[in-house]
Order: sequence, then structure tokens, then C-alpha cells
Amino acid sequence: MSASLAAPAAAKGAWLDAWLADLPAAAGELAPVQERGRQALRQSSIPSARHEDWRFTDLSLLQALPLAPAAPETAGLPAPDAGVLRLVWSGGSDPLAGQTLPAGLQQLSPGEIAQGLGHTLAAAGCQEHWPVELNHAAAERVLALRVTSRSQLSLELVSAAAEGLQALRLLLLLEEKAELDLSQWIEAQASGLHSLVIEAHLARGARLSHGLVALGQADAALMAHLAIEQEPESRAQLSSVTSGWGLARLEPRAVQVDGAAHTTLRGLQLVDGQRIADTHSFVEFKGPEGQLDQLHKAVAAGQGRSVFNGAVRVPRAAQRTNASQLSRSLLLSDRARIDTKPELEIVADDVKCAHGATVSSLQTDELFYLQSRGIGADQAAGLLQRAFCEEVLRELPAAARSWCSLERLLESAA
Amino acid sequence: MIRPDAPVLLEIRDLHARVEDKAILKGVNLTIRAGEIHAVMGRNGSGKSTLSKVLAGHPAYTVTGGSVTYRGENLLELDPEQRARIGVFLGFQYPVEIPGVSNLEFLRVSTNSRRAEKGEEELDTFAFEDLVRERLKVVQMDPAFLDRSVNEGFSGGEKKRNEILQMALLEPLVAILDETDSGLDIDALRIVAGGVNQLANADNATLLITHYQRLLDAITPDYVHVMAAGRILRTGGKELALELEQRGYDWVDQELAALAAEVA
Repeated sequence: MSASLAAPAAAKGAWLDAWLADLPAAAGELAPVQERGRQALRQSSIPSARHEDWRFTDLSLLQALPLAPAAPETAGLPAPDAGVLRLVWSGGSDPLAGQTLPAGLQQLSPGEIAQGLGHTLAAAGCQEHWPVELNHAAAERVLALRVTSRSQLSLELVSAAAEGLQALRLLLLLEEKAELDLSQWIEAQASGLHSLVIEAHLARGARLSHGLVALGQADAALMAHLAIEQEPESRAQLSSVTSGWGLARLEPRAVQVDGAAHTTLRGLQLVDGQRIADTHSFVEFKGPEGQLDQLHKAVAAGQGRSVFNGAVRVPRAAQRTNASQLSRSLLLSDRARIDTKPELEIVADDVKCAHGATVSSLQTDELFYLQSRGIGADQAAGLLQRAFCEEVLRELPAAARSWCSLERLLESAA
Repeated sequence: MIRPDAPVLLEIRDLHARVEDKAILKGVNLTIRAGEIHAVMGRNGSGKSTLSKVLAGHPAYTVTGGSVTYRGENLLELDPEQRARIGVFLGFQYPVEIPGVSNLEFLRVSTNSRRAEKGEEELDTFAFEDLVRERLKVVQMDPAFLDRSVNEGFSGGEKKRNEILQMALLEPLVAILDETDSGLDIDALRIVAGGVNQLANADNATLLITHYQRLLDAITPDYVHVMAAGRILRTGGKELALELEQRGYDWVDQELAALAAEVA
């Protein structure tokens, strides 16, 4: 059911062949990975509606995008708080050049990278996903960090790109009881494709809060895989906010290797115009007493299209799992479209797995109540929309939260 | 306070309205002057709540005939927000919970929209906090309620106090309070009624919609109207409410039957 590359052949894009032919020879620390990704792309078909996991998500925008490496741009963000490290991350140059890493954060050695790279992707069952192979084929570097800090450490990763392809790859190893708040900003300032692959391994008792704020435009695409592997007693929260992308595909994937960990997923996607935003999440409990708390929200206006698919796997070994998943969508136009689907696979018998999905428009009674207090219809709708989004925004790590004014999101969405 | 020479604030003439395909109001006439407190009583389904919603401009109700004039202006052609801005206030029977919208922010935005209409300057966050803290005293409300979402998780009494707080901030000229006493215990009723009494003055008017005499023990009306079958059947002074309390509504049915016979 995954978008495996062995799926029936679909028309292979000439654009993809042309791009692969134009790529410089594989080089640098990721040369073997590049070779592998290119080979995989050559032998596979581009996902299409015939693949179950891509049924609602049309990738035809990709063929129109410029795919030469993108030059970095300056992000329009305020300066970071004192004591917070901000890395400007373009995928091409070394984001650590000239930086002094704070205590508790170290760069991984080439040997450690070779050993660790791909491990979590394999554990999360996505190493052969098409967007991951695309990242493999293109990424020139990996930002690879070990977190040992036992007090909360805050890190910002900021990527803004001009026209073209930006391929970002991150490997994080959080040691026992290490703690990290990671705020990430991705901004398309011109047409292009932004590819992101994150792998994070959380040792026992580690805590990671990752907040991604990604603002695009109609002729830009975002394809992101966020894979985490959790040892018992670890806590991971992945929160994402996307707005404005012609096409955004996000795959947060968490595996609790022995259960007994805590995973929190938060997502907010805004679509307007003819844009598509698609989140396919995947959580697997490989041992007992794991917990999941997931909330996914979507706002669809214009002819926008929002897709959510939330897979949760609870095999026999995962007794006493406690998982809840809720998808809430706000439909602001009768031409917008929302597809939302829970996908629970539960074999263990002693578990609590709740799921729910709602799709609604703005409530007439709420609008009237605000209007009856002198608040204009548009402003009332804005307040209600903001309230809807706030539930996810307030859970971003502090820096990401401060970047994320709703005005900016809505401006980007339209 | 009845002053025959006081200016007319609200003039309702032969008002007809329906919800979906059902006619509810069938010819309501009512004149409200500055300084007056009116009470509208009647059984469930008599049209009391519909009257309040039509006056506030609820989109589910369609006016099919008659007129409503507010200080000389045709109220019915205004959007709900415009009615509120010029001084018509509806206290809801069931105040709506709006998760995620902060009560303080909501109160500030609405107060400023009313102030802008009156030509007064907008209040910034700090100036508004001063004002709201002072007005909280009208309904003896804890400032902690300002930090919560609008009406979310409020008890019945807290919601009604929040309605009166909004009234205290918006300073309407005509306040329509739809069953403000429902769901209140005795203490909460005393606080809410006390708030309404504090806010009533010679320049504004109050229209109380209620089932029970007990609200009128706390707020003395100048006029009591009995509504039935979408019309005001009888108007009297506060003694009419006492009569209703003693005799019930059966006589209303008899009068309605007599009227029907007359028409036939």
C-alpha cells in the first residue's frame, strides 16, 4: 500500500529523465546515496493517481518547475533570541561554517554519518519512497548533529531559496535524556522544488520538539519526510504548518521501537486557489504502552485541495497502546475539497485507539454572535479562522511560534 | 420610568416574520421610549425569542411585512453588526461558545467597533483593560474570565454575566435581553438583575423577554406585554405580570379563541 517503486509502471516523466541526465556526477560524502537515489528514480515511475498513497495528489506541477540548484536567499525573519543558535541552511554550503556549536550539540563524524544515515528511514519504512529517493539523488550534504544536552537546547534552521531545487537532509541523534527544541523555517521566494528529509533517533528518555513552518507560493512544491525513531520513555513532538505551496506533501513518520514512548503530531495546512496540501502520517508501535496524540487541521478555500491520511499500526506486541487521532477541517468554499482518512491497523486487543474526523464550514451561530456585537462579517470570519488555527500554532516551539502570524499564513495561502 | 415626552427609540409596526416556511410573528406592534423598561412574557412558541432575533438581524429569520424604526432609521435594512454599532444589543438566551477566541480580545474588538460608530477613539490594549476591569464590577465577575475563550466552559450563570458585561461595555440604547434569567440560581439572578438595573438610565431602554415573574421582582418593568400566536395580545403595567403568575396562561387561550371567533 505504500508508494513503493515496484508499483505498476506509470508514464515516466521526460522532465525527470532530463533532470537526471543533467545532474553532475555523484560526489562528496553523499556520493553513494546519490547514486542509489538516481538509480532508483531511473527504474521507477513517478507516483500517480494509480498509487493508493497518491490517489488525490497530482504531481504534474513538478514537471513545470526549474530544478537547477537554487541559490540561497535571505529569510524575512526577526533576529533570533539571545543564546539561540540559528543556522542558515541552504543544502549547498556548510551551515556550520564559522559557527560555534553550544555545549551539548556536536557535529557527527563521517564514520558516524555513514553508520547512521538511512537507519531511521528504514525503520520508518520509507527509505524507498519516491520523494526520499528524489532527495537522495539531489542532496549534496547532510547536516548531522548529536544532541547530548540534558537541559533544553533551542536550535533554528532557516532555509529560504531563489528559483530552483533545494534539497535538505538532516540527521539528528539525541542521546539518553537529551532535549532539543528545533524550529525550522522553509520559504520559497521563487518557483522551485523544496525537498526535505529528516531522520531523528531519540534514545531512552530523550525529548524532541520539532516545529516546521513552511511558506511557499503557487509555482513551488514542498516534499518532506520527517522520520523519527523512538526508544522507550522518549517524547517526540512533530508540528508543522504549511501554507501557500502549489503542492505540499508532508510525511511525518514515527516508530516506537519498543513502545512505551510518547509521540505527539500536530499539523496545520492552508490551501487556497488551486493549491494542494497533502499530509500522510504514519505511526507504528513495536512494543507495549506507547502513546500517540495526533491533531491534524486543514483550512481549504477557493478551489484548494487538502488531503490527510493518518496511518497507525498497533501490532500484537503493542498491548496497552493509547492512541488518539483527530482530523478537523474547515471548508471555506464550496469548490474547495477535503479528503481525510484514518487508517488504523490494530492487532493487539488491549488498546485504546480513538480516531475522529470532522469537516465543517464556519458556524452560522458563532458568526452571528460576533456580528451581534458589532464585529463585521469579514472580521468575524477572520477571528473564527484564527481560533481554528491557534490550536496548532500555540504548540509550535517558541521561535517557530513567533514566526507564524496568521496574517502571514493567510497572505501566503491566497 | 415613563415620560410621555421622551424620544421614541424603537417603533415596531405590524411586524411579520418567518423562519424557513413557518410564519412566527403575525403583526407585532410595540413602541419603546427612552427611559422605559418593557417586559414581554408568553408561553414557549409565542414568538418572544423570534422577536428578539429579528430585531438583532439573525440570518435565519425573514421579515415578511411591517417595519422597525430605530431612532428614525429603518433597522431592518441594516446588517447585524451595524445594528449593534448604532446601539441595539441582544443578550442571548444561549450565549455561544467560541473556542480559541479570547474573551478579552473579543470584548475589545466589539467595544471598539461601537466606539468608532460613536466617533470615539479606539482603545488600545492597556486602556481597554482599565475599562473592562471597571465594568467587571457591574456583574461581579472575576478578571480570570477575560483570559478564557469566549464563553467556553462557562457555567450558565457565568455566560449570562458575560452577556451583561458586554452590555456594560457596548452601552446600547436599546438592550433586548432574551430570557436572561433562564438557568440562573438565586444569587446569579440577583447579580445579573443588579447589573441591568445599574445600566438602565433615562436615555436608554430595556426589553426583557422572560417566562417568570421572579426576574420582574428584581427589575421593575414600566410595561408588561403578553405575547401569543405571534402578536402582543395585552399590555399593562407590572401588575399584569403578577396576574399572569397567579392565573397562568389559560385566559390567553380564551382571548385568542374569542379573537378568532370575531374574525370569523
